[in-house]
Amino acid sequence: MSALFFQYLMAGLTYGMIYAVVGMGFNIIYNATGVINFAQGEFVMLGGMIAVTLVAYLPLPLAIVLAVLATMVVGALVELLFIRWLTSPSVLRMIIITVGVSILIREAALLIWGQNVRALPYFTGTEITSLSIGGARVSPQVVWTLAACSALVALTTAFFRWSSAGKQMRACASNRVAASLCGLPTRNLITASFVLSAGMGALAGCVVSPITYTQYNIGTGLAIKGFTVAILGGLGSSLAAVTAGLVLGVFEAFAVSVLPSAYKDAVSIALLLAILFLRPTGLFAARVAYRP
Amino acid sequence: MLTVRTLDVAYGAITVLRGVSLHVKAGEVVAIVGANGAGKTTLLKAVTGLVHPTRGDIWLGGSSILSTGTAGIVAAGCSLVPEGRQIFGDLSVRDNLLLGGYVQYRRGKAAEVDADLKRVLDMFPILGKRSSQLGGTLSGGEQQMLAIGRALMARPTLLMLDEPSMGLAPLIVKEIFEVISRISKAGCTVLLVEQNARGALKIASRGYVLETGRIVLEGSAEDLLASSEMQRAYLGRDVNVDSERGTP
Amino acid sequence: MTINRYGQVAIFLACAAGLQLAAAAAGKGFLLTQLTMSAYYTLVVVGMSLLMGYAGQISLGHAGFFAVGGYTSAVLTTLDLAPHRGSPLVAGAERLGLLLVRPDLYGGDLLVVRPVVACALAIALALVLAVLVGIPVLKLKGHYLAMATLGVGTIVYSVALGTQWLGAADGIAAVPPFPLPFGASVSGRPDGRIVNYYVAVGLLGAAMLLALNLVQARVGRALRAIHGAEDAAGAMGVDTARLKLGTFVLSAALAAVAGVFLTHFNGGIGPAEASVMRSVKYMAIVAVGGIGSLWGSLGMSVALTFLSLRGYFGVYDDVVFGAILVGIMLFAPQGLLALEPRRALAALRARLRRAGGQAG
Repeated sequence: MSALFFQYLMAGLTYGMIYAVVGMGFNIIYNATGVINFAQGEFVMLGGMIAVTLVAYLPLPLAIVLAVLATMVVGALVELLFIRWLTSPSVLRMIIITVGVSILIREAALLIWGQNVRALPYFTGTEITSLSIGGARVSPQVVWTLAACSALVALTTAFFRWSSAGKQMRACASNRVAASLCGLPTRNLITASFVLSAGMGALAGCVVSPITYTQYNIGTGLAIKGFTVAILGGLGSSLAAVTAGLVLGVFEAFAVSVLPSAYKDAVSIALLLAILFLRPTGLFAARVAYRP
Repeated sequence: MLTVRTLDVAYGAITVLRGVSLHVKAGEVVAIVGANGAGKTTLLKAVTGLVHPTRGDIWLGGSSILSTGTAGIVAAGCSLVPEGRQIFGDLSVRDNLLLGGYVQYRRGKAAEVDADLKRVLDMFPILGKRSSQLGGTLSGGEQQMLAIGRALMARPTLLMLDEPSMGLAPLIVKEIFEVISRISKAGCTVLLVEQNARGALKIASRGYVLETGRIVLEGSAEDLLASSEMQRAYLGRDVNVDSERGTP
Repeated sequence: MTINRYGQVAIFLACAAGLQLAAAAAGKGFLLTQLTMSAYYTLVVVGMSLLMGYAGQISLGHAGFFAVGGYTSAVLTTLDLAPHRGSPLVAGAERLGLLLVRPDLYGGDLLVVRPVVACALAIALALVLAVLVGIPVLKLKGHYLAMATLGVGTIVYSVALGTQWLGAADGIAAVPPFPLPFGASVSGRPDGRIVNYYVAVGLLGAAMLLALNLVQARVGRALRAIHGAEDAAGAMGVDTARLKLGTFVLSAALAAVAGVFLTHFNGGIGPAEASVMRSVKYMAIVAVGGIGSLWGSLGMSVALTFLSLRGYFGVYDDVVFGAILVGIMLFAPQGLLALEPRRALAALRARLRRAGGQAG
């Protein structure tokens, strides 16, 4: 395997894991509420940005933890302020609201942090450190990213499959009326789904920030890619989301090797459109309940 | 135990229930019968807090539950087995039942949940056999039992059932009604809403007839079963014409 | 007394004329420039209003169609084809009279496509794109279309921003005027301001007439049925797929036309016209004007785009539209004009009471 090929592969896998996490975040909220949360990408952005600000005053691990917690609070606020008190809104209305929310978050980020590109410091080593894996050189941050995202996916899957809180959220997603008839606190469970998605996105944003940099406007592109992953992988299964994310990331990385890098976003969107084009009846039924 | 006073419920501009008043005493089995669209489901939804009345009041065990949310009403001891079963298809039978016991955790009675689970599985042996299967793989009758079992896990003092016989084969329907009877004899008050008027009234002590949102008849179950209006409208028999034919 | 659609458009044209005369009288003729631009942007909004309000579909990438129209005509009227005279395509086009020679800024000569032909090609391209995207996607649920259109818009933006011969970040400049009868033309020249204003207003009036026709005819009623209950409409024999596609394609065409003419008016176009934020702004305007109200959308569009172009929102331009979007959808989903304050307040109070009473 040539060094360049491996390079592209690693880049693809790294981005792919991030897309997978964003896609899973989409899934969790969609399964619980039927809402496609356009602001999903903003959670990733917020995680990175807040951590970058905090790391000037706090040690890196603490900065990351607080950034994730802060983003989870934002996620809860989004649900409480914009989603919770709507009574059976139409799909159109929900889309417009979450688009608007993502704009507001992005503009707030612009106001707070400006247009500057920022990055967290490398967790271990610097940008020139590299590990030797299988004869090729890989940045330790890549390993961090893959490890952290894999852990996230595994923990989330376990949470939904085995924990009682996870089963409560699944019940709420499966049939909200029946869940409330069991006395389940459905409104809080929905807020919890937003909090969980936000936290996942934020952690992913922190861990990939040293490599991909963070900027106030990275949210939209991530949202599109996350949605692509969700469609590709199925609005339900996390294993499928990971596979889809990796496929998308690798496809994008290799596409950019032959096309100008300015077309990077266009390429993965074209893939999304191709999928929608080839499977016009829709890949998955509406409101597929969550299958871990 | 349950008192509904002059209840009006409307969906937007359409009034579904008008001036409905009824009561259920502790230990009774009360049946509400009526045709499709009469408002029976809406009535139960109003009691359990899923829809909000525009007028009237609902009292459960001495206090008004109009502004109590669904979760609070379940915690207060009123459980609804909804129309169409509505079990959690992607969760196992066991998980479905355990979720039904959620209010017990709220009440601080977590210790009783395991015993209750055993009791429900004993009551419905078929569920015991399928306890690790996904709810969606069960047959209609089995799902109905699962739905009832799930509601029982909350240890309700008032169990409400919305058309439990719908879409089920006659033999299963018989079984379901027997189960409801047994539940009542064990001390639970039952409010049963049914299109199958005969089956419901046979296990009930009292009944109400709901027609286009209003109570048009009420009385003891025997009286209703014998009344000729009921016979013609809901029991499918015209006394004058069918008197030669035996009781079904 | 309900005024029929011709009357409504006539009133609109009269108001537009009144506006122009008032501006002239006040010595603020320069305002016509922004009003003309507003009118062209409103053309896009009218199309979107049809799409959102009557077909109940959402497009988050409509700026892409605008940009396809604008960039195509810009490229075709500025790209010098002289070096390619030998190729059969160029030679054939020249023979058919589709090309013309005009002077460029530096005294040389350019062989470019005639603006009229370029316009036709631009609109055709937008139509093709709309059909390609619309056919598979309109069959799916709302958010699939939203994401697909968002994707299309982003692709157009990425391509516009990243391609050298499309001008990259700087866009395309020195786009020639679009010739009209009687020696007039669509261009940014100050002495043509009034004519250009009426051209834009006329186009907008024609579009409104077309839209009103659709809405009030069988097609429109069918569309509204779709928006209300798609399955029921289908069961009654309404070809929902074809109607949705038709509306989508029509709205794309309107956006492309707006793109073509505004590009000639401005003498150029840049990638910002294709940005997601631009699409979102169109959507916000339709929302606040009332999804389902054509005149509401038109009025709001003229007002908001004019204010935005004049710089009244300053650096908070995006925030304003984002806030409008969220605010309207939360509090007044039928649009500002449908808002009944007392009823809305009572509903709000009832909802807060309920939300307080149930945490779960």
